Amino acid sequence: MITIDSLTRKYGDFTAVDNVTFEARTGRVTGFLGPNGAGKSTTMRVMVGLTPPTSGSALIDGRRFADLPNPGREVGVLLDASAQHAGRTGREILTIAQRTMGLPKGSVDAMLERVSLTDNEANRRVRNYSLGMRQRLGIATALIGDPHVLILDEPANGLDPAGIRWMRDLLRGYANRGGTVLLSSHLLHEIEVIADDLVVIGNGRIVAQGTKSELLEAAGTVVRSDDLPGLVRALDAAGHSGTPYADGALRTDADASTIGKVALAAGVALTELRAADGAGLEEMFLELTADTQREGVAA
Amino acid sequence: MSAVTIETTTAVDRPADTARPVHAPIPLARVAGVELRKMFDTRSGFWLMASIGITALLATGAVILFAPNDELTYETFATAIGFPIAVILPMVAILAVTGEWSQRTGLTTFTLVPHRERVITAKLLVAVGVGVVSMFVAGVIGALGNILGTAITGTDTIWNVSAVEFSYIILANVLGMLIGFMLGVLIRNSPGAIVGYFVYSFLLPTLSLLLASSQQWFEDIQLWIDFNFAQGALFEGEMSGEAWAQLATAGTLWLVIPLAVGLGLVMRSEVK
Repeated sequence: MITIDSLTRKYGDFTAVDNVTFEARTGRVTGFLGPNGAGKSTTMRVMVGLTPPTSGSALIDGRRFADLPNPGREVGVLLDASAQHAGRTGREILTIAQRTMGLPKGSVDAMLERVSLTDNEANRRVRNYSLGMRQRLGIATALIGDPHVLILDEPANGLDPAGIRWMRDLLRGYANRGGTVLLSSHLLHEIEVIADDLVVIGNGRIVAQGTKSELLEAAGTVVRSDDLPGLVRALDAAGHSGTPYADGALRTDADASTIGKVALAAGVALTELRAADGAGLEEMFLELTADTQREGVAA
Repeated sequence: MSAVTIETTTAVDRPADTARPVHAPIPLARVAGVELRKMFDTRSGFWLMASIGITALLATGAVILFAPNDELTYETFATAIGFPIAVILPMVAILAVTGEWSQRTGLTTFTLVPHRERVITAKLLVAVGVGVVSMFVAGVIGALGNILGTAITGTDTIWNVSAVEFSYIILANVLGMLIGFMLGVLIRNSPGAIVGYFVYSFLLPTLSLLLASSQQWFEDIQLWIDFNFAQGALFEGEMSGEAWAQLATAGTLWLVIPLAVGLGLVMRSEVK
């Protein structure tokens, strides 16, 4: 379990992380979301002791990361897959991790196989790696110590669709076996598919957190009708506003049952009525972080 | 059979073990072993290390080819070999430190071993060890050159470097490595620290020399505050009590204090 308590990190006048408190629970995948520069990476660096906090604490199973006797055996960390010596081979980088943690020699080959890096690829120098291969190597470094906590910053970055599916299954399996997984991503669809819990951060502050189902419920309902203007009028009359959604559908904050009743009373036939999903997270994300978006998108 | 039964019972009697295995702390020797490996495992690192042996061979060959017969002594070989090595060894120390920042490997290194002082200590031990071993390798290459060279010319083989003189030369080279190490932790950037080394080792002594030639007061204290100048006695093999005191004073000023500042920065700096 990862416990972040009142964590603040300032750089001069700039507050990168502002009084952040959340938990990543055991047996669950926690998605850490936020626009670029929101403070995700800084928070993750504080967790693993690379950045000292200005105040507050970040604990792994109740202990500071620096107090773990052999951290790689307990916490798998991937902060930046590109942060590797370009002149080392993939196998060598993994061997350095294996040696540091004091693992048996065979674990390197086993791990290379697990992340699907071939012998040929493993013997190439990292400067010749694609981003996806670097990610696989970074994930291998995180996993090789068989840790029970994973802290991954944008692990799906650069992976091909099969790689993303593989990563998803891997993290799901990890959480199901009682591990704790915290991953940040800006690939909202990825997070939505895999995460059990969500923490949304903007401008260094937490703007929302909870289980995915709780948060997405708040994202509303999508409704579609051949008589959309009629439906909008009926909803307006009932005190529910809607915002246009993709392909002429409507998204409203009212729940499905209310909309169904309103539509029935107004005699409008619905062609679709469902909870907002995929784009729901996107909507929620943009709405929650509207003040912090560079583009100034109003949700 | 009974033994098996007892074992089974014992296992069952234990409370359900939900705690995870307790891992032993990482010993410093293991960290040092990894750091040693990291010095050799890139092409640039490997060739930098190999260049110690290669330049020693080249210098030895050059002495055999070009030195006048009456100067074909072990000291000539030692001096010829010593010069390139005195430049290469500090580079080894610099890159061992700055690579973690310039190549951003520190992100992994300091996460796997979250006590930076242990990583830095391991690097220091390994760098000094590599320096001392290199000096002995160079010493052997020079000795072989001396035997071979005098055999070719048919002159007497002269061993005019004493054990004490050799140990002074080793000390001077270790100090050179520590200077590199100091610049590494202070600057934490490979090109910056290498440039810093050349300014420190070649520009500063020149400035000091110019100042001493024009200012009498500076000339009087130069041996006490010019670290490079104070190391001269080590290469001449004549270390008086005063020479040691001068080395210590100038060394404190130009090595110990900046090293302490650099170590402080390494401990607190953010690794990105």
